[in-house]
Amino acid sequence: MNEYTYPILFGIIVGTGLRLMMLRTDYRQYPTYLHGKIIHISLGFIAASLGTLAVPSIMEKEFTAVTFLALAASQFREVRNMERNTMTELDEYELVPRGNTYIEGIAVAFEGRNYIVIITSLLSTLAYLAFNIWAALVAAIILYFLSKKLMSGSTLKDIVHINYVEPHFEGAGLYVDNIYIMNIGLPERQEEILRYGMGFILEPKNFNVRSTIANLGQRQAILHDVSVTLGVFRDSGTPALVPLIKRDLDDGRIGVFILPQDNDLDRAIKTIGAVPVLENAIRMPSESRPEMEGKKR
Amino acid sequence: MKMEKSILAAITTDQSRERVGGGMPIFYCDTREELEMVAANLEAIIDGIAHALSKDLYIIVKH
Repeated sequence: MNEYTYPILFGIIVGTGLRLMMLRTDYRQYPTYLHGKIIHISLGFIAASLGTLAVPSIMEKEFTAVTFLALAASQFREVRNMERNTMTELDEYELVPRGNTYIEGIAVAFEGRNYIVIITSLLSTLAYLAFNIWAALVAAIILYFLSKKLMSGSTLKDIVHINYVEPHFEGAGLYVDNIYIMNIGLPERQEEILRYGMGFILEPKNFNVRSTIANLGQRQAILHDVSVTLGVFRDSGTPALVPLIKRDLDDGRIGVFILPQDNDLDRAIKTIGAVPVLENAIRMPSESRPEMEGKKR
Repeated sequence: MKMEKSILAAITTDQSRERVGGGMPIFYCDTREELEMVAANLEAIIDGIAHALSKDLYIIVKH
């Protein structure tokens, strides 16, 4: 026991606790099972330790000890690879795959959360050592809310209007509103599709959103989330029964065609609205100003 | 180059059988019912999708 024991314990507990709180298993998130969780809790513990130990090291004038934070960075980059590989492997056997953009987004989030744990542990330990335990508690609480705010991205309902439209056939062509989805030849398939299928039109609220929802990865994420939540009327031998999203080139609306097992309209709209806007799909055409760049040069 | 989609078979009730070309299996049927049945079976067997090009010409496409 020395003067650093309690601050270090405090930092580690706060950091690991924060990682636990960020490790929610909701309807769309991996990990879902115990071993996956244990991996992440352990890594969170390591991250918390690294962040915490940096402070006493500096106070003892052991400046080289800070270099192990660099080691931590490369370690957690490995986490991202691990998540990406696992999920890509699993994706091949999904009836409606997540898609690479979604997987990459989840993997990045996993890496990022470990850094948040490091920062939280570091700052709360620092507060403990510099002031007292109450200051450390306040710091931990502030950091918790900050991380919660920073780590929650927007969802689709923030950027699009969602309207239900019944899918219909014109000849063999399947349409959602005026958006062509695909060609279905067999009448019995057409009947199944009309019976189980649901169509939605997602209308972008502004110009930036158009390119975001046009992103193929974002579209796949919508299909995956809806299929996970509402079930999917599909099997491996029935490629014709496939949920699809196509785009109206004129105004950037997208037509979502899904085949849920549970035809609950309210739930479907809520589910689509709750799909996260993927970090990697966000485009901001209005933020890039090529003409102004030109003037500067 | 990776072939993303390919036409695996054509099913038709078109009786002008002289106009045959290309290197894919063509299934000739006499009635529309037969056409639909053959298309449904082929779709199930080869995991492709039966698309209708016209009312008497279906193709099976592997996506």
